Amino acid sequence: MQSTDPATLSIVSDSSHTLIRCSGAWTITYLKDIAAQLESLQPTSPLTWDISGVSKVDSAGIALWHLHKSSFEKKGLSTEVIGGRNEHLRLYHLLYSNNHQEVSLPKRPGWLHTLGRETFLAAQGIGNFLHFLGEAFVILLYTLRHPSKIRTRAIVAHIFTTGIEALPIIAISAFLIGVVVAYQSIVQLQKFGADIFIVDTIGISLTRELAPLITAIVVAGRSGSAFTAQLGAMKMTQEIDAMKTMGFDPFVFLVWPRIFALMIALPLLIFFADLIGIFGGMVIAQTQSHISFSEFTHRLQGALPIKHYIIGIVKGPFFAFLIATVSTYRGFQVSLNTESIGRYTTKSVVNAIFLVIACDALFSILLTELSL
Amino acid sequence: MSRTIIRVENVVTTFGNTLVHDHVSCTVKENEIYALLGGSGSGKSTLMREMIMLNRPHSGTIEVLGHNLESITPSAAHDLRRKWGVLFQSGALYSSLTVGENIALLYKEYADLPATLIQELVALKIDLVGLPRHAIDLYPSELSGGMTKRAALARALALDPTLLFLDEPTSGLDPLSSRQFDALIQQLRDLLGLTVVMVTHDLDTIHHIVDRFALLGEKKVVAEGTLAEVLSIEHPLIDYFFQTERISSYSKETHGIQG
Repeated sequence: MQSTDPATLSIVSDSSHTLIRCSGAWTITYLKDIAAQLESLQPTSPLTWDISGVSKVDSAGIALWHLHKSSFEKKGLSTEVIGGRNEHLRLYHLLYSNNHQEVSLPKRPGWLHTLGRETFLAAQGIGNFLHFLGEAFVILLYTLRHPSKIRTRAIVAHIFTTGIEALPIIAISAFLIGVVVAYQSIVQLQKFGADIFIVDTIGISLTRELAPLITAIVVAGRSGSAFTAQLGAMKMTQEIDAMKTMGFDPFVFLVWPRIFALMIALPLLIFFADLIGIFGGMVIAQTQSHISFSEFTHRLQGALPIKHYIIGIVKGPFFAFLIATVSTYRGFQVSLNTESIGRYTTKSVVNAIFLVIACDALFSILLTELSL
Repeated sequence: MSRTIIRVENVVTTFGNTLVHDHVSCTVKENEIYALLGGSGSGKSTLMREMIMLNRPHSGTIEVLGHNLESITPSAAHDLRRKWGVLFQSGALYSSLTVGENIALLYKEYADLPATLIQELVALKIDLVGLPRHAIDLYPSELSGGMTKRAALARALALDPTLLFLDEPTSGLDPLSSRQFDALIQQLRDLLGLTVVMVTHDLDTIHHIVDRFALLGEKKVVAEGTLAEVLSIEHPLIDYFFQTERISSYSKETHGIQG
């Protein structure tokens, strides 16, 4: 095998004739320059390909040659091939047997087409989600008539993983939120000598808005992604199909236990976040404004009406329902390829966080209108 | 005398405390279809994985295309990998890419070619393995078992390898598709001058297209050679594998006497 000299191309052209002399190894490694050379060639006279100097050829070399030969022929130029060797011609005939069809590069769709398709898919996605919710509720009604079918053990297990195991991260997040709010407010309040109002600020903003929101976002990132990945993996390994054939409804076994568990765990986590967040505020109030813990708690009893606390807790089940339904729905959408599990997990978390914030906004408007 | 393409000598393989190969030796010659045959757990897939540098033997030497795999330099290993194509049992097509993209990936990574040429090459390979053109835009999850094998073969052939490794090429295919796939491999071997090494326990494949094979059992190579050569050896494992073969040749003999 002495034939590792790179492929070369020399072109001799005059008004009546163009001679293209090919030599060297026309293999995939050496084709880059030749392809560019052939691309720039604009012959105007009949062509002769002299391929006697080609020492070695692979299918890439043959394809390149064929592409250009046929494009020249399409321009109405006659072509002639001389010096073809048997082993090269044999490969050519193997690749270009008579049933070979032309290939054309796929066309890129226009922006209007893309916009239309994306809009349609988005609408279809909402339809599919409603379909999923509808099916879930039908199954729920059926299950409620047969309470023995409720998967209590699964619910408890999910409360443990989504609730108890989330305590450390919720504690840190809530504490830091309490610290941040207290710091920012105390600077402003000190200007008016109204330091003591830090208690009102912390108490109301945390229990009513911040603790529920932060907790829900952390849970969406933590448990929502886990739900999608779990169900997606089960879908890929056909475990969900296996369950269906055995008569185990995936809604009863997989979806509702997760929804119930999260609806129970999230309000409890919010209560926990309230406590830790207020504690964070108390620490800052003492260090920055010398408001002692006992002073703070005494003031809190008067400054924080119970309704703010209740509103915060009541948001929990709503947020939980949204997170759990969206993430299980996305889990069922995973298809049989490895990339889709990551894609749908991302979608699930993004959708869940968006829905939580939208739902919180709705609560704000609704409750303000009701003057609560 | 044809060139030796793969030489396996005294290979010992262990997984933890389990001995898989106890001084296994075999040779593959140029342009032949060679099979590794054996029951489940006989280490035939492991032996192939050692040939393609996915596993390392505990001791012994394996030479592929003149390179000793134990002392091969990284750059030589890289070049060697471009000279072979591997067809995995389940296809191992990248599931997030279409069939066309699976094949084109190799061209994009290894050569800087214009897009039209890549498209043309992909279409050529698809034609070569007998897939319909619309398969180019399908995802691996949308293919049937037979189509997956063919698409994976097209990808294995992308860089015009001289050596083709097939891991159970006909498993999971119906008998007719299996024979068609066998015929395709034989045709490609004849036309492209390939050397084919396959792991199989399909006796029809052994019968129809395999030139020589090694029967693995009891951690060793029980027999190596053509079907006729192997059948002439007396060994319980050969009896076990080729029961039907011997019965049919026996019945042919008796019919011959009657006729």
